[in-house]
Amino acid sequence: MTFDWPTALPLIFAGLMGLAILIYVILDGFDLGIGILFAGAEDAEQDTMIAAIGPFWDANETWLVLAVGLLLVAFPMAHGTILTALYIPVFLLLVGLILRGVAFDFRAKVPAGKKHRWNRIFFLGSTMASLAQGYMLGVYVLGLDVGLGGMAFGALVALCLSAAYAAMGSAWLIYKTEGDLQGKAVRWLRVTLVLTALGMVAVSLATPFASPRIFDRWFLWPEILYLSPLPIVSALLFLWLWRQTFHLPKSDDRHALRPFLTLAAIFALGFAGLAWSFYPYVVPDKLTIWQAASAPESLAFILVGTVVVLPIIIFYSFYAYRVFGGKATDLTYD
Amino acid sequence: MDPLILSRIQFGANISFHILFPAITIALGWVLLFFKLRYNATGDSAWMRAYFTWVKVFALSFAMGVVSGVTMSFQFGTNWPGYMETVGNIAGPLLAYEVLTAFFLEAAFLGIMLFGFRRVSNRIHTLATVLVAGGTTVSAFWIIALNSWMQTPAGFEMIDGKAHALDWWAVIFNPSMPYRLVHMLLASGLTVSFLIAGCSALRYLYGDRSESMWKALRTGVFAAAILIPIQIFAGDQHGLNTLEHQPQKIAAMEANWNTGAHVPLVLFALPDEAAKENRFELAIPDGASLILRHSTSGVVPGLNDYPGNHPPVFPVFWGFRVMVGTGILMLIVSWSAAFFLKRRRSLPKPLALIMVPMALSGWLATLAGWYTTEIGRQPWLVTGVLKTADAVGPVAGSHVALTLAVYLILYVLLLIAYLGVLVHLALKAAKEGDTSPLPGVMNAAMSQPAAGE
Repeated sequence: MTFDWPTALPLIFAGLMGLAILIYVILDGFDLGIGILFAGAEDAEQDTMIAAIGPFWDANETWLVLAVGLLLVAFPMAHGTILTALYIPVFLLLVGLILRGVAFDFRAKVPAGKKHRWNRIFFLGSTMASLAQGYMLGVYVLGLDVGLGGMAFGALVALCLSAAYAAMGSAWLIYKTEGDLQGKAVRWLRVTLVLTALGMVAVSLATPFASPRIFDRWFLWPEILYLSPLPIVSALLFLWLWRQTFHLPKSDDRHALRPFLTLAAIFALGFAGLAWSFYPYVVPDKLTIWQAASAPESLAFILVGTVVVLPIIIFYSFYAYRVFGGKATDLTYD
Repeated sequence: MDPLILSRIQFGANISFHILFPAITIALGWVLLFFKLRYNATGDSAWMRAYFTWVKVFALSFAMGVVSGVTMSFQFGTNWPGYMETVGNIAGPLLAYEVLTAFFLEAAFLGIMLFGFRRVSNRIHTLATVLVAGGTTVSAFWIIALNSWMQTPAGFEMIDGKAHALDWWAVIFNPSMPYRLVHMLLASGLTVSFLIAGCSALRYLYGDRSESMWKALRTGVFAAAILIPIQIFAGDQHGLNTLEHQPQKIAAMEANWNTGAHVPLVLFALPDEAAKENRFELAIPDGASLILRHSTSGVVPGLNDYPGNHPPVFPVFWGFRVMVGTGILMLIVSWSAAFFLKRRRSLPKPLALIMVPMALSGWLATLAGWYTTEIGRQPWLVTGVLKTADAVGPVAGSHVALTLAVYLILYVLLLIAYLGVLVHLALKAAKEGDTSPLPGVMNAAMSQPAAGE
């Protein structure tokens, strides 16, 4: 088999884009989730919660820029089709991200009396962005169906993805905090986990019925054999994590990172399921990754840079997380 | 309403709001590095206080820039799908390189720069400042490369209505790119210099005579006084480059309706595009010929050479004049302030009063300059390749109108909040002066004391 660049490049870029989306969903997922959980936290707890994500959120959001950048760069046709179809939810996502992002900074710098306002805006922005992302996922899964059915399903996925983000946020707080807030985070995790599971089941049930092509891929032999580990392993992880929530936090804080890693694994499995269902389409049943791709010489030019730079990015991202490792203390400009 | 004009207003509003913040962060990163290096060299904690005052402004501006930038990356798709479909092969890689080489670098090390002083060694903290400042500049490099390519495209061929790159070097270093990059970097330097000088002048007026105030004030004033003549020279060179590659833009900037020699320099006029003439014109004879061709009989291109293919005259003409006028004001104010600081070691109150509103003069000049060059590119989105009208997406006008209204309200409110915080930070610093607390020592393993503790 010869290696055919024009065939391979779109595939590589679809993989890179998928990776960027997955990393974004996991990393900014916990940021947004903590924003959602702001609604149930006391003033002092809110400061600690911000301290748990303050040094990271910016880099986390950059993965979204990379993901949409790769969509725009590698699949310009799909970029236009998807984003014009999702005009209003994209707009809500952007307004949410704007409010969330600036609230981080404003709440720490405005006179003390105005801090509450920015805390509320932080909650509002995070919630809005999460709901919009879930809605977009729902509508996308149904093949960019913007009819009434698509909207209803989008609303359901919006709620469930927000719950999933809140679960990620809780798991991150279990890792980054201690004492009462940590105990609270465990209880939050338990509640949001149920909704997360519900959301994954809903998306899993809807996906095969969105198109006969995906149905075949799910339920015909031998394809069903390849797919079956995904739901089984996900279900086991869910059950295991659910049981864990009754034993956390453990003495001397062992395994505090485990709920987060487990959830990240569940996200990855769910994402793999979606990728498996939609491949090779980037716009469901309309445009394949090859039809939507940019010219090979442009993709090759980007790939060179990506291969060199991406490992460096991952390396210094880990370094930044390490510098701010351990339990979150009050975040000061130090 | 027409989705095209609404989409244009929306993108114009977004990019105008966005550019305000990179205009600050690009140069402020280097100013912070300067504060940091002075602190490293002298051990004077006033430098570190100046650093911590301005790093807060940096953080806030950076966040505003990030969120408004994310908005724009989506709007290429939501409002201008024709853009990426036609020139995605060129624009895509340039944007991708911006994300890969700049955005992650800035975002990852910003955390260390802001919150890491007590957590990493002083050397690493300085390095983080270098990387963030370098990241913002690299980011400017890529986006200016793309913007300049849209103005003066090079190094590509059209196949089936799509641009394909032939020579990436020619694409990136297209004819107007070096001029525009230098002009923009200097604009950022001036924006920051006047912002620092203005906020420090506000502190001065509130009676603050602390070392950290003097250090910031001098840095701002002297940087402005040095940069402004360089900028005037660079701007002139950029204008000559535009004359060579986009003569119709020059014709609109000068409101010159007919090609010819002995073209006057119009100081004031109300260009009337329907009648193809200037009303209430006030002009210096032969001025434009002299500036653009260095000879009174030099031939200056006129709008009559580009029927139906030149930008709207009024906004380009006035955008250019607002920019140049602001630049001249900057020259006068910064040199006067530099004179008093150097010779008298003081600042007269009236001058300080002028310097406070001049804190935003960089924003005004930057916006006016961008309007000149971007409106000056119309009716093209990519000169000679893609018209703006052909790139707009199939979104309903009502949707665009709704989102535009929300964006505008949001931007106005955020701008008010941002300026409010700037004033609040300046007044807080004025009250605390050199007694402002340095960050408390944490129990982190690698924590370092600030000098003098």
